[in-house]
Amino acid sequence: MINKVFYLEKFKSFQNPKIVWLGYSLVAITLAILPFIIEASIGRTWVRILDFALIYGMLALGLNIVVGFAGLLDLGYIAFYAVGAYTWALLASPQFGLHLPFWLIIPIGFVVAGFFGVLLGAPTLRLRGDYLAIVTLGFGEIVRIFLNNLDHPINITNGPVGINLIDPISVGGYALTRTQQIAGVNFSGAHIYYYLLLVLLLACIFVCIRLENSRLGRAWIAIREDETAAQAMGINTRNMKLLAFAMGASFGGVAGGVFASFQGFVSPESFILLESIMVLCMVVLGGMGNVWGVVLGTLLLAILPEILRDISSPIQESLLGGVWIDPESLRMVLFGLALILVMLVRPSGLWPSKKH
Amino acid sequence: MLGSVYALVALGYTMVYGILGLINFAHGEVVMIGAMVVLTMIGFLSGFPAPLSNGAILLFAVITAILVCSMLAFLIERVAYRPLRNAPRLAPLITAIGMSILLQNIAMIIWGRQYKTFPDLFSTVSYSFGGANITNVQVFIIIISILIMSALLLTINFTRIGRAMRATAESPQIASLMGVNVNYIISLTFVLGAALAAVAGVLVFANYSVAHYSMGFMLGLKAFTAAVLGGIGNMAGAMLGGILLGLIESIGAGYISDFTGGFMGSHYQDVFAFLVLIGVLVLRPTGIMGERVADRT
Repeated sequence: MINKVFYLEKFKSFQNPKIVWLGYSLVAITLAILPFIIEASIGRTWVRILDFALIYGMLALGLNIVVGFAGLLDLGYIAFYAVGAYTWALLASPQFGLHLPFWLIIPIGFVVAGFFGVLLGAPTLRLRGDYLAIVTLGFGEIVRIFLNNLDHPINITNGPVGINLIDPISVGGYALTRTQQIAGVNFSGAHIYYYLLLVLLLACIFVCIRLENSRLGRAWIAIREDETAAQAMGINTRNMKLLAFAMGASFGGVAGGVFASFQGFVSPESFILLESIMVLCMVVLGGMGNVWGVVLGTLLLAILPEILRDISSPIQESLLGGVWIDPESLRMVLFGLALILVMLVRPSGLWPSKKH
Repeated sequence: MLGSVYALVALGYTMVYGILGLINFAHGEVVMIGAMVVLTMIGFLSGFPAPLSNGAILLFAVITAILVCSMLAFLIERVAYRPLRNAPRLAPLITAIGMSILLQNIAMIIWGRQYKTFPDLFSTVSYSFGGANITNVQVFIIIISILIMSALLLTINFTRIGRAMRATAESPQIASLMGVNVNYIISLTFVLGAALAAVAGVLVFANYSVAHYSMGFMLGLKAFTAAVLGGIGNMAGAMLGGILLGLIESIGAGYISDFTGGFMGSHYQDVFAFLVLIGVLVLRPTGIMGERVADRT
């Protein structure tokens, strides 16, 4: 009781609308000028890293719908990312000579990836737990192997070489990957994409939060907690599960499309199993089911390996007096250790969801 | 042949899964470490002042590998899985993935990035047998795997420890009430699985003559697929699944282009294996020999 009063006293300021709006605008301003601060302090590569972190954020939010909300363990999620990326690549590159505008491709990618989600979901509805995990894993591998080998007899994906020269998103004739001058300030491609991705990510966060508290989200959570009971309560578990797969897949598809347009190049290399596992780690480490936890987990796991890449050589030099251990391996060793330690200390993730 | 190796590795997965309900992603890396330790030991023993016969060298090397892998698995369980036994279901999965990344890169630091070749201890002899070719190494692999698997089945089914393991798999709480030391049994399961993995590592290495720090992951994945195919948690299922998956892969690699009229080449052998897996699971959601078990929540 005392604790509760204290809690209310402490956070009373959160209920004051003025202070809340001040907080929101501070966050908004920080997010808006973040790329400039980063470029000025640690260089432009880090803006690109931030961009990729935002793409991963969309992926992790999509996977969170499948794993976090509906409780369906998916180890092949990267397949939908691949489908989205290749859809974009085929419709906007010299590969088939098609150059569709982005406002047409984004919905197409959304639908195609969602279709693949249903394609995976339909035969696996009866499977539970780890059986489902292994089938989704197999599905991810199947998609990757097809992308890798569909260069003959008919050349569709260009095989292991991948597809090059993908059109960037362009608005009114301005390609967003080029440096543009707006109101006297130079915006590089990485900066413009940062804003674009930020808007997309915020949209995803908004959709996820609204979903979580909707009839749909509650049905998913009921299925996660106890499928039989959910069915007994009149939830159509088959349709709900299919919908979870389709929604998650569509998020991945859009993320993949934006990735293809940003990178300008796709190859099957980017869609290996390890990527699926990384996205899953982001979801679980951050706190499965909690949208903000997932965002936190993504930022950590997308940025931590890059920091380790930068510091693993200097640390060795200062401690051991020379680079003794291959920095790339050391980075991954530290990364593995970090995964284990975080899970040991916080088994339900850094920022777990409140409902249990 | 390949199937019997999958079966050995799959047994490790299925035993751990049967008891803890956990996918031990680090198991494939244990196989890789086994192969690497054998390589190092063979190099070390060949340089011995008193010359040893090739058979003795191999035997010593394999025993060392089994010991190292068993200790490693014991440590993995202690550090990464035991503290999380009552945690949410996906938490140990993440530590398992972390462990896998960790072991792979430690192996890369110790043994380097290059492909290692298996030293020539024995000359390979090829026999022709009703149109099929088989080498003496492959015959050896099949015999060893059959021996080990029978020994394991006998242990599980007819000894005190085996009974304790089966009881723990059934229900850890009740087993502990009946006087079974559950922690000891779980450690033992990991150690046994790792010993099988070490042998499997040597067999794979001997057959393909190459080892690489990343060889464990794909092998582990295939073996896990095999375990699921047979019905995870079921020992006989794991063996059957392993052998089936091996056969499917070889048949797939050989005949897939005939099936599809030349559209799909042998690169699609994994697609074929996974499609068969999906097909089997759709028809029988608990694997070929799996029993319908109640959900663990």
